[in-house]
Amino acid sequence: MALPLTALAVGALAPEFVLHATPDQRLTLSELRGQPVVLVFYPADWSPVCGDQLALYNELHTEFAQFGAQLVGISVDGVWCHRAFSETRHLHFPLLADFEPKGAVARSYGVYRESEGTTERALFVIDRDGVIRWSYVSPVGVNPGADGILLALETLKSNQS
Amino acid sequence: MSSHAGTLQPPVGAHDHAQGPVDAAVTLVEYGDYQCPSCFDAFAVVQELQQRLGTDLRFVFRNFPLSEMHPHAMHAAEAAESVGVHAGEEAFWKMHDAIYEHQQDSEVALNDAHLVRYAKAAGADANLVAADLLAEAHKARVRADFMSGVRSGVNGTPTFFINGVRFDGDWGDVDMFEAALRS
Repeated sequence: MALPLTALAVGALAPEFVLHATPDQRLTLSELRGQPVVLVFYPADWSPVCGDQLALYNELHTEFAQFGAQLVGISVDGVWCHRAFSETRHLHFPLLADFEPKGAVARSYGVYRESEGTTERALFVIDRDGVIRWSYVSPVGVNPGADGILLALETLKSNQS
Repeated sequence: MSSHAGTLQPPVGAHDHAQGPVDAAVTLVEYGDYQCPSCFDAFAVVQELQQRLGTDLRFVFRNFPLSEMHPHAMHAAEAAESVGVHAGEEAFWKMHDAIYEHQQDSEVALNDAHLVRYAKAAGADANLVAADLLAEAHKARVRADFMSGVRSGVNGTPTFFINGVRFDGDWGDVDMFEAALRS
C-alpha cells in the first residue's frame, strides 16, 4: 500500500501496528478493538509543548475512562527515553516507541515530518471497530488541547447508543 | 479543531470569582494553577493590567490545577475556594494573592500547613479550612473549573480569555496585552 502523504481521513481503517510500550512489552492496535482509542502523535519527549499537552491528557484520565477510551502517546523516542519521561511526569497512559524502523507507524498514518525526523503533532480518535472517526493535525508548536478529543468521543458514544 | 474551540464556556457568571465592576468595558478571565511558575509571572502581569485599566477591567480567576505535575496545586485551589466560602470574596482574593506571593518561597510554601496559615491571614477560620482540605470539600468546584477550561480550549497555564475569546498572544508583553484588552 502506498504511504499517505497527509493525515489519514475520517472513515479510513486505522493501520495496524505493533510497538514497544515498555522495554519488554509490546502493544498491538488490534488488541484494543472493542473500545475507542485516542492516538496522540507528538514530536518528542521532554520538549515543553509536548510536556504540557501530555500533562493535560494525564489530568483527564478519569474522563477518558468514562468513555472506555484508551489513550496512547506515540513518538519516535526509544523505550528507555519514554520510561524516564513517563516516570517523571507520572503518566497514566502508555507511550509507544515508533523507533525502529523510525517513524514507520507515523508514516502509515501520514503524519511523519521528513525534514525534522519526528512525527507531526496529530490526534486520531478510532472507534471500537478500528475506524478513524476524527483526526486533527496541529501546528507543531501549538498544543491542541483536549476539547476536540472529548467532543469526538461524545459523538462516538451518541452514535453508538 | 471543534468549531467552538477558544470560546469561554460557560460564560462568566455569579459563580465566578471576579474583581472589578460587573459592567466593566472588558472582562479578562485567567485559568491558572497556583503552583505553576508561569502563573506566578502572570500574577504580576495581571496586577499591572489592573493598575493600568482601573475600572475598565473586570478580572476573573478560574482554577486549572495540573496536579500530577504540581502536587500542591489542587490543595492550593481548594484552600482558596474554602476561604471564599467561609470568609467571603474579599478574603478569597487575599488568599489568591497570598498563594502567588509565597509560591516561590520554598519547596513547602504551598503545603497544607502553609496554606492554612495564609487562609488565617486572609481572614478565614484556620480550622474550617483545614477540615475542608481533609474532606476535599471544594474539590468538585475546582474540578468543574478545570473541565470548563478543557471545554473552552485551555491547553496549559496560564490561559487567558478576553471577553470570552481565548487570547493567543504573548501575555508576558504587558503593552501588547493592554492593547488587546483595549481593542
